[in-house]
Amino acid sequence: MKKVLILACSVVFAAAAFGSDTTRVKSSSTGTVKRDEAPLTLPTGFKSVVIAADLGRARHLTIAANGDVFVKLAKLKDGKGIIHLHDKNGDGKADEVTGFGNYVGTGITIKNGYLYASSDEDIFRYKIDEKTGKVDEGSEQKIVTGLWNKNQHESKSIVLDNNGNIYTNIGAPSNCCQVQDRVKGSPGQDPCPILEKAGGIWQFKADKLNQSYPEGVRYATGLRNVVGLDWNTEVNNLYVMQHGRDQLFQFFPELFNQKEGAENPAEEMFRLTKGADCGWPYCYYDNDKHEKLVTPEYGGDRKKADRCADKTKSVAQFPGHLAPNGLLFYTGSQFPEKYKNGAFIAFHGSWNRAPEPQAGFFVVFMPFKDGMPSGKWEVFADGFSQLPKDVTSGRAKYRPCGLAQGPDGSLYVSDDNNGTIWKVSYSK
Amino acid sequence: MKKVMLAILVLVIASAFVSQQTKPQPGGLKAAMTRGKTVYETVCLACHQVDGLGVQNMNPPLAKTKWVLGDKKALIKIVLKGLQGGEIEIDGDKFHNPMPPQESTLSDQEIADVLTYIRNSFGNKASLVAVGEVKAMRAKLK
Ligand code: HEC
Repeated sequence: MKKVLILACSVVFAAAAFGSDTTRVKSSSTGTVKRDEAPLTLPTGFKSVVIAADLGRARHLTIAANGDVFVKLAKLKDGKGIIHLHDKNGDGKADEVTGFGNYVGTGITIKNGYLYASSDEDIFRYKIDEKTGKVDEGSEQKIVTGLWNKNQHESKSIVLDNNGNIYTNIGAPSNCCQVQDRVKGSPGQDPCPILEKAGGIWQFKADKLNQSYPEGVRYATGLRNVVGLDWNTEVNNLYVMQHGRDQLFQFFPELFNQKEGAENPAEEMFRLTKGADCGWPYCYYDNDKHEKLVTPEYGGDRKKADRCADKTKSVAQFPGHLAPNGLLFYTGSQFPEKYKNGAFIAFHGSWNRAPEPQAGFFVVFMPFKDGMPSGKWEVFADGFSQLPKDVTSGRAKYRPCGLAQGPDGSLYVSDDNNGTIWKVSYSK
Repeated sequence: MKKVMLAILVLVIASAFVSQQTKPQPGGLKAAMTRGKTVYETVCLACHQVDGLGVQNMNPPLAKTKWVLGDKKALIKIVLKGLQGGEIEIDGDKFHNPMPPQESTLSDQEIADVLTYIRNSFGNKASLVAVGEVKAMRAKLK
């Protein structure tokens, strides 16, 4: 018995030692890329490569037609807020890492010869030559300015349609629009004044300078916080992922037990048209009752639907608190047929399921047909958290955040904890 | 003799008053830790987590921070009045959630208990927080 124990221990130690022995490759301009670090768990036929690492808080990312990768950082790295990754020698890893833009933020996207990027208050754009990946930094224009940033739910994600409009979320700086945010027993404000300036999606012109609230259109309201959004070109609609409210178990233990508090409310996917009202803060989607119900702060009892009956319905619901931070409709042809026009969603992972084990920290896939989900969601990429199963820690190793599609149909995933960028590709 | 008696009496009253001010926790450290754990689990754990290590960019850790181990008055004030979010910085990182004020939800005793608990958990070791200290701070902030 003793021998078995010793053996087991030494195997574990050896494995641990081996595991931490990653080969480091010096990259030309910043830091090091750890070769073969953090392989992801993927379906058969898929493989992942770490193309860059240690970028820090890598939020969203976008890929130019020549394959160059642009990453928006929420914390400056060497004074830069946008990182430009170029693979000079064609080995699949970034060997030229440069940066520009001296502001932090989340959103970044390329459209019609411009690279758009957001701080937590503004949206900028730059001329880009997609054939070479060259960005004209001097061409910087501020197209949107002065959006609410009150710390909580501060990030501004951005996407464009095909009609010259840009969309951004303005997150509500609040959990549930209580008089006193996150204080047990404090009532919900009715009407919620936050909705005038936040808690929704705003639409601006992609080419006009210095727009703010007066020039913008509140395209959709009743969305607490959105980080993952995408324009679905197949059906020409905006889709967004809402982060549902926190602390139902802590504030309403008589309505939600610990497990129900971890599972509720749903994280919801909405297909938006102009004028949509998705219900926050008055309504939440109950994952046990499969219905949009009145929020307890507004008199809800887990039964009443009342004012929530005519709110915009979500097209998909996910377990509570998983924090969907990236959404991408796959239009490539590298992946097998079932992925075409389907949705990839990067879940950042939970903190508000404690003391139940945290969950999320994965990229899921949901098949779509004609703009509506056509099957159940499944975990596509996993292995990010590196936490032992059922551990309640809120500190995952990697946290998926952004998604982007490369010109060859590969899928890119960013992690905003360490700044790791993976490229996922498929071959038969 | 009478004078001595009086002096002793004054001393006794004074020391009773002092011990009232800094009276160690009712039932001592052990009982305060048990009560404080309950408060922690119902109010603070959701954000600061089971292990007191918080969540990256959202909620700060309570392990060995200068706020938890430092000046008790400042610590009591944080719990009574809360923080806006973005006020605390640890190793260049800020935290995006607010810290909700607990003055309307927790009693002086509960705050003394939970602070005694966090100052002696998650690898921390520091003196007790007495109910009188919380009471004094609450009065001062009124
Ligand atoms: C809603 C989430 C939330 C809850 C509940 C909460 N905190 Fe906090 N706490 C925070 C955040 C976020 C900060 C940092 C705020 C800032 O930077 O402005 C913080 C800061 C602190 C700090 C100072 C910084 C540090 O890490 O040392 C202490 C001490 C603290 N909290 C203790 C508590 C205690 C004790 C409770 C329970 C009575 C509690 N908190 C409940 C979110 C929370």
